[in-house]
Amino acid sequence: MSEQPILVVKDLKKYFPVKLGFLKSIISDDFPKVRAIDGISFYVERGEVFGLAGESGCGKTTTGRCVIRLVEPTAGRIFFKGIDLMRLTEEELRYSRRKMQIIFQDPYESLNPRMSVYDILAEPLQLQNMARNPAEISKIICRVMEDIDLVPPEEFLYRFPHELSGGQRQRVATARAFVLSPDFIVADEPVSMLDASIRTEAVKLMLNMVEKTHCSFLFITHDIALTRYMCNRIAVMYLGKIVETGYTEDVVQKPAHPYTAALIMAVPVPDPTSKRTKIVISGELPSPVNPPKGCRFHTRCPYAQDRCRMEEPELVEVHKGHFVACFFPLA
Amino acid sequence: MISLVLLQVENLRTYFVILRGEVKAVDGAAFKLNKGQSLGLAGESGCGKTTAALSILKLLPSNARIKEGKILFEGEDILKLKDEVFRKAYRWKKISLISQGAMNALNPVMNVGDQIAEAIMLHDDASRDDAHDRAGKLLDLVGVGKERLARYPHELSGGMKQRTVIAMALACNPDLIIADEPTTALDVITEAQVLGVIRELQKKLHLSMIIISHDLSMIAETCDGVAIMYAGKIVEQGDIVAVYKDTLHPYTQKLIGAFPSIIGEKTELLTIPGFPPDLLNPPSGCRFHPRCQYAMDICRKENPEMVKVKDKEHYVACHLVK
Repeated sequence: MSEQPILVVKDLKKYFPVKLGFLKSIISDDFPKVRAIDGISFYVERGEVFGLAGESGCGKTTTGRCVIRLVEPTAGRIFFKGIDLMRLTEEELRYSRRKMQIIFQDPYESLNPRMSVYDILAEPLQLQNMARNPAEISKIICRVMEDIDLVPPEEFLYRFPHELSGGQRQRVATARAFVLSPDFIVADEPVSMLDASIRTEAVKLMLNMVEKTHCSFLFITHDIALTRYMCNRIAVMYLGKIVETGYTEDVVQKPAHPYTAALIMAVPVPDPTSKRTKIVISGELPSPVNPPKGCRFHTRCPYAQDRCRMEEPELVEVHKGHFVACFFPLA
Repeated sequence: MISLVLLQVENLRTYFVILRGEVKAVDGAAFKLNKGQSLGLAGESGCGKTTAALSILKLLPSNARIKEGKILFEGEDILKLKDEVFRKAYRWKKISLISQGAMNALNPVMNVGDQIAEAIMLHDDASRDDAHDRAGKLLDLVGVGKERLARYPHELSGGMKQRTVIAMALACNPDLIIADEPTTALDVITEAQVLGVIRELQKKLHLSMIIISHDLSMIAETCDGVAIMYAGKIVEQGDIVAVYKDTLHPYTQKLIGAFPSIIGEKTELLTIPGFPPDLLNPPSGCRFHPRCQYAMDICRKENPEMVKVKDKEHYVACHLVK
């Protein structure tokens, strides 16, 4: 495609300071920091669903929040439709946010229990002055609700979140992101709280919306099996870094990074006769306050060598569009 | 090989009494478990799987009533036992629980050693030192290590907490462990590690287990048999391979098809239209008929009986299968 990507992230970093006691904070001049994101770059094409996968604590949620500046990044640049978001003032940012929305993780907690579905969906329109009068607001809301399969809208408009099932809440949360007809949506584990049977329906609904509105998605998930159905390209994160990125089928079928391979191997398969050999990597995620030197995965990597302990690998292309940060990529 | 039946649940009906009537959470469920086997109890949230488990442990909330049914544990109907007798002789000694959200099941102001020892002292009349000794061995067994006996729950990671809860369930050498969503809150790698521990222990200690989960892929990799529950009833049950490979009930077919697979060809994901039924007024006839694409007249009127399929260990309740 000749069109420029809708979102370009360059060398994004986010460090959270660790709270110290009063005495320690006066005597030490080097504050420990949680390196939630430690220099990542990626881009999202127009109309594309880009997946960000990884374990909890790898920084994927922080990344999602940073790219729309809900959390202020420590360093790095974010270009949304060519505009550098980091240079925008609050006022300009608010205007840009009209075109970028977020769906939060937990539809049980991200909907205000004291607001009706109508109020929840009308609020973004009112805040952004997108509608001239209440009739117009109702029209937009009803259209989005029909798109998202909350029909008939009249039946749901005056309900409160506690009167909805999990699947319906998730739809309201999705509808809220779509009322402003955005060009880009960050979806932070939007279906992880749902049961399998409802989850597939929610996933299909989102894919339909992507097709219909040509909206781009940054789809954050820990379920790498799901990315096969949702995403065009994915990036796998480990401890604040992207370790592998490429077209989803390439990454899933031929993972080049040992971590990606382990992640895929750990996913259970709904087939009792499958004879997959499972090599489960041992140990736990190291602390992001003092990440391991060299390659961050070397402490748990079955193939780690001396070089991995000393040097940090860069992302290199192993195959067209398939990048991996490993000195000894798997064949 | 003749396998001994450890647990047999017959026509269990557990209802919750609320102001608007009775919620039929478990409505005529029947299944059995052989010694040394693991059974997966699967279904969507709200299908009654946790209620069925709590009925076996007699840990139901106060507004629940067991209306009917038998729960035979080694041939003895435990529903007829007095609470006091059940608590002393069965709970934790013979049947123990790995509860849902095990990460939050630990007491945050007690170190894990004391928590495990407490269960041992209470049920086995062991001395404090003996109990701590055994707690240490249990922690070694699940891979947490006895050096962590004096740790508090907040000092442990999610996977470690889950293992600690498993150690606690093993404390009194039970014959049956009921694990309610043991890995739901864990990451895939941690989940694989914890499931590895469960499988290994099951083999080593010859444990019988009931694993409750909505995750059919997890059950496929862990259990010998599976029972699929829908709206308070078991709709299909049998040997794990038979149920997954020759799936007969339309609900089971959809449920298995709804799981994305990481290996093999990318196939279309199946969806189940509609929402699970309201258990205050469950649908007439077969409870799945409003969402079933094959629904016939008879499905709306008559509740299908559980029938055995050919000569295999495979049972299904559907009018389509005759």
